[in-house]
Amino acid sequence: MAIDFLVHEAADGVGVVVVEGLKANQEITGWVMKEDQTIKIKILNDIPIGHKVAMKDFAAGDTVIKYNTDIGKVVAPIKKGEHLHVHNVKTKRW
Amino acid sequence: MQTKFFGYRRENGRVGIRNHVVILPLDDLSNAACEAVANNVKGVLAIPHAYGRLQFGDDLDLHFRTLIGAGSNPNVAAVVVIGIEPVWTSRIVEGIAATGKPVAGFAIEKNGDLNTICAASRKAKEYLQWATELQRTECDMNELWVATKCGESDTTSGIATNPTVGNAYDKLYEKGSTLLFGETTELTGGEHLVLERCINDQVRKDFQFYFDRYAKVVDDHKTSDLSDSQPTKGNIEGGLTTIEEKALGNIQKIGRKAPIVGCLEKAVAPTGPGLWFQDSSSAAAEQVTLCAASGFVVHLFPTGQGNIIGNPILPVIKLCSNPRTLRTMEEHFDVNVSGLLRREINMDQAGDMLLDMMIRTCNGRLTSAEALGHREFIMTRLYESA
Repeated sequence: MAIDFLVHEAADGVGVVVVEGLKANQEITGWVMKEDQTIKIKILNDIPIGHKVAMKDFAAGDTVIKYNTDIGKVVAPIKKGEHLHVHNVKTKRW
Repeated sequence: MQTKFFGYRRENGRVGIRNHVVILPLDDLSNAACEAVANNVKGVLAIPHAYGRLQFGDDLDLHFRTLIGAGSNPNVAAVVVIGIEPVWTSRIVEGIAATGKPVAGFAIEKNGDLNTICAASRKAKEYLQWATELQRTECDMNELWVATKCGESDTTSGIATNPTVGNAYDKLYEKGSTLLFGETTELTGGEHLVLERCINDQVRKDFQFYFDRYAKVVDDHKTSDLSDSQPTKGNIEGGLTTIEEKALGNIQKIGRKAPIVGCLEKAVAPTGPGLWFQDSSSAAAEQVTLCAASGFVVHLFPTGQGNIIGNPILPVIKLCSNPRTLRTMEEHFDVNVSGLLRREINMDQAGDMLLDMMIRTCNGRLTSAEALGHREFIMTRLYESA
């Protein structure tokens, strides 16, 4: 089955889009690499290739997990299926 | 995997995969003469750069280590050094001569450009004709020094291309190769994972020293945060959001098997096989130049958005998995592992594809960066000149 996005590990809160042209309200298919599972999610925004989709709801102040590791803090609420990037997540460093 | 390649065995026993005769300026003022020599003698390689005047202390030491290291690199058969004055020129010549390779120096003061160019061109022609008769011989993987860095990374780097390098590093480690990674600030958020890989307490302490030293540079000079430069605009366009995310992708390059056996100051060569960390900038041309100066002869360079870096003496092999990047700028890449994103190949196959291209490159195939004339030789500076 063609894969639209990848998730490093099941514990991660984000998936990575690996195809071009995904539009809001599409249901897309993903592969959880470590656990070798296939999953689906409906995206709420257009998401460019390489960009992340939220796999769950986040509130401001939450930590985002990828590679089963902390990659930063949420600064604006994010719904499951929304585009997660620099407009709603920031580094905890520097 | 293939375990042999054909390289040039140098006077000091090290093995190179290129056979350059380099015309090396001591300083910025000598670039014109070096380029004139390279114009006179077809097939030699001038390496112009921007520095070498009024540097002092650690920064000057790094300048000398970088130039002596580049000239000493086994990818270089012989060197002509040109400097504005003879004293520092001789220091470079003597440093390179320790390898046993042919090297000669020429100073411009009391001669002028034209006489210097004439004398240096005659020597360069002699070296070139000598070097072009050298033959490749069969060499073993345990004689190969391999470095890595990623550039213009995106999320596909962490998913596919960087773990491909990691898979190749695991296999090279088992063959006894000498391996290097760096990019100190770009480990931020994953430094605990690097510390876990250090072979003993001393190496952990050394890594923490270099990491903290670089973090202090950031702290001392940052304005708000580094979000406008680290991640880069290209990283962000490619979907990377924070330095932590970028670092966790970056660290995939060191694979899973090799312990880190030591940490190195910039432009210092390792003293044995295995995986080494070298303190470095995360800017591609600076890190690759430091690898060349540290004696590495081939470089594995994963990119997501399409960093096009090359180096005059260190062949840089580009791998990419982002289908948009591969479609829009395919001439820059040597290995396409986009099949990983489509589940058409697995990581073990991707690692073998990279190693196959690495061996072909070692045997003489020009990389895309070499074919396109990318010769970025960028010296790291520590602070202002006096």
